[in-house]
Amino acid sequence: MRIRTRKRGPVRVAALAVVAALGASLLAGCADDGGSLDSASSGSSSGGSGGGGTRTTLTVGVFGAFGLKEAGLYDAYMKLHPDIEIKQTSIERNENYYPQLLTHLGSGSGLADIQAVEVNNIAEVTATQAGRLEDLGKVKGVDKDAFLPWKWGQATTKDGRTVGLGTDIGPQGICYRKDLFAAAGLPTDRDAVGKLWAGDWQKYLAAGERYKAKAPKGTAFVDSASGVMAAITGGSATRYYDGDGKVVYKSNPAVKEAWDTATSFATHGLTAKLQQFQPSWDQGFANGTFATVSCPAWMLGYIQDKAGEAGKGKWDVAAAPKPSNWGGSFLVVPSAGKHRAQAAELAAWLTAPAQQATLFEKRGSFPSARAAYALPAVSGAQHAYFGGAPIGKIFAKAAEGTPVQILGPKDLIIAQNLADVGMLQVDQKGRSPEAGWNAAVKAIDNALDQ
Amino acid sequence: MTSGTGAVGAPAAAPADPLDPAEARRRERRSRWYRRDVRWSPYALVAPFFLFFAAFGLFPLLYTGWASLHQVELTAPNEMHWVGLRNFSRLLSDEFFWNALRNTFTIGVISTVPQLLIALGVAHLLHFKLRGSMFFRVAVLTPYATSVAAATLVFVLLFGRDYGMVNWALGQLGWGPVDWQNGTWTSQFAVSTIVVWRWTGYNALIYLAAMQAIPPDLYESAALDGASRWQQFRHVTVPSLRPTILFTCVVSTIGATQLFGEPLLFNGGAGATGGSDHQFQTLGLYLYEQGWVNLHLGRASAIAWTMFLILLLIGAANWLISRALRKETT
Repeated sequence: MRIRTRKRGPVRVAALAVVAALGASLLAGCADDGGSLDSASSGSSSGGSGGGGTRTTLTVGVFGAFGLKEAGLYDAYMKLHPDIEIKQTSIERNENYYPQLLTHLGSGSGLADIQAVEVNNIAEVTATQAGRLEDLGKVKGVDKDAFLPWKWGQATTKDGRTVGLGTDIGPQGICYRKDLFAAAGLPTDRDAVGKLWAGDWQKYLAAGERYKAKAPKGTAFVDSASGVMAAITGGSATRYYDGDGKVVYKSNPAVKEAWDTATSFATHGLTAKLQQFQPSWDQGFANGTFATVSCPAWMLGYIQDKAGEAGKGKWDVAAAPKPSNWGGSFLVVPSAGKHRAQAAELAAWLTAPAQQATLFEKRGSFPSARAAYALPAVSGAQHAYFGGAPIGKIFAKAAEGTPVQILGPKDLIIAQNLADVGMLQVDQKGRSPEAGWNAAVKAIDNALDQ
Repeated sequence: MTSGTGAVGAPAAAPADPLDPAEARRRERRSRWYRRDVRWSPYALVAPFFLFFAAFGLFPLLYTGWASLHQVELTAPNEMHWVGLRNFSRLLSDEFFWNALRNTFTIGVISTVPQLLIALGVAHLLHFKLRGSMFFRVAVLTPYATSVAAATLVFVLLFGRDYGMVNWALGQLGWGPVDWQNGTWTSQFAVSTIVVWRWTGYNALIYLAAMQAIPPDLYESAALDGASRWQQFRHVTVPSLRPTILFTCVVSTIGATQLFGEPLLFNGGAGATGGSDHQFQTLGLYLYEQGWVNLHLGRASAIAWTMFLILLLIGAANWLISRALRKETT
């Protein structure tokens, strides 16, 4: 043993290097595996004919439970077009979906015929990927005037190509617990609650102080400071970028004001110190530990899921202090697809007012097509779980009052670091608002530096 | 292969009379094929591994190295701008990198050391004659077989601040609730717990296999010399296991350097920041954040290569230590 190893000294070093390299790559592979929570991503590209002989198979790539399939829209389309078969691939989280979409667009392979894009990514996609996407603005069946102008504008390039069609938007209300409000001596009727803070986020803070004075034990006024931050910034025209595409969040008074108001909730002890979309946040819904949460239309279903039977009849939804928007999505058609014309036609149909109304009725995703607001499925919509609240009216009003927001390519990164680094330090670790802001700025500077 | 064995059979059965030239040539050809077969078949058989390694190991490794010398964004992976070693030199002043390196080291130490010690103990226990030993051996390996995602999700709930079971148990003992995720040490401890839980059984089985290879007469003679169980463990078991221990150290160190899934998922849905203060952001997580969240492929590649170089250093150190140890024993 000894003799042999001596003789092969250098060889062993080389072997060790190879083993290390191999181990590294293998372990990296395993780690990737554990990290991505892909629910089902076959990654099948635009396929040829399906099982039915001459049928064309169109694939739609989405993230999360996007709702198109769940609302039965694919089935309806296939009934209208017997020669088309629609298949969907889904990746659970947008943070895994989006990098993969970029990789596929870059290499021109592995793409579905239609791909979904989240609003926080649409500016980057429009700015950097427009050359790899079809212009949907002039496709038959697409009516520019049916959409909210700002939604249309967000996916339109400077030279006037519209590369994405809006599906839903996220107009916000404030969801609140009637039983907790009653216990704290606040009004419970949704109009009266809306009046409590109408027009001013500072009044929302004041309502929080009133709640805190007589709060039921173990409850807080709002779930998290970053939720308040997202709601306020969602209502200002300029947010992280100015009209020239420059990053201005550091000096933008609107962001500063949102930051100050949101951190006040934390420093005044009005939050449950939770982080949104974490298991502990879900538990907070289930156990009723906070009385209000800023809720975009799409969040109603989430609250219903998490608060469950125990929360039935306790939740209601009122108008937010100011109209604002959080979230929403688009559909794009990659130019690398084999069936671009059929895909564009399908995208146009899926985003037409009637289908958006269906999506709202079945899934609560609020239409970005303003032509849909007059349809009875939207205007007359009430939510049984939220005490029969007229959500169609509440959210339509918020949608029409939301200013046209200037988006930028790195909106998501800036928003994430402000919330998950800066605001979370203030809210959960008790750091000062200045310390939190500085930490967020440092992280954002690092993240934006190429 | 089969043609080879056929060729072996043929000459043995052949009669000894003088050969006509055609037959001689035929035999000559056969034996040439046979020699070639023996010589080249092994290469053909190992080739698939090396082909796959080249495609999925070596090529990505080299390409990552090339990308690390450029400014590349995921939005346009084909547009590369040469920046030389800037992506590496900027790491020197990148406090997020040093923070991640420090976290990787501390989490590595507080997960690897207990993990290997416990594994050694567990292996020692399993080495005794036990009723249902097969059951216990399979049982210690089950954590290894669970997915990181599922296990981490459970641990996130266990270490929850408001409704976690760990805090509940602490509460029973009269200690206040701990905000596991937000503290630097508490979060690193929690992440390490997941690693220890997952890998201890695996290492225990490796130790057990090595223990079973130790000749029993060593123990017998030690017992005859009056050695206690503990002395037998210290002076017979551990020295015999030395190569195995070194192997597990290397493998665990590589694993610890690349720790990724556990800290990512311990952060729930909040991305790759590793907590609001980056308190449990490891190198793997920082790499992921730069590459797939911030979309800077060049910077991410530089981090990947730095990790690789760190591993080579660790490998070299390990080799030196093992050589020193071997000299010492002889």
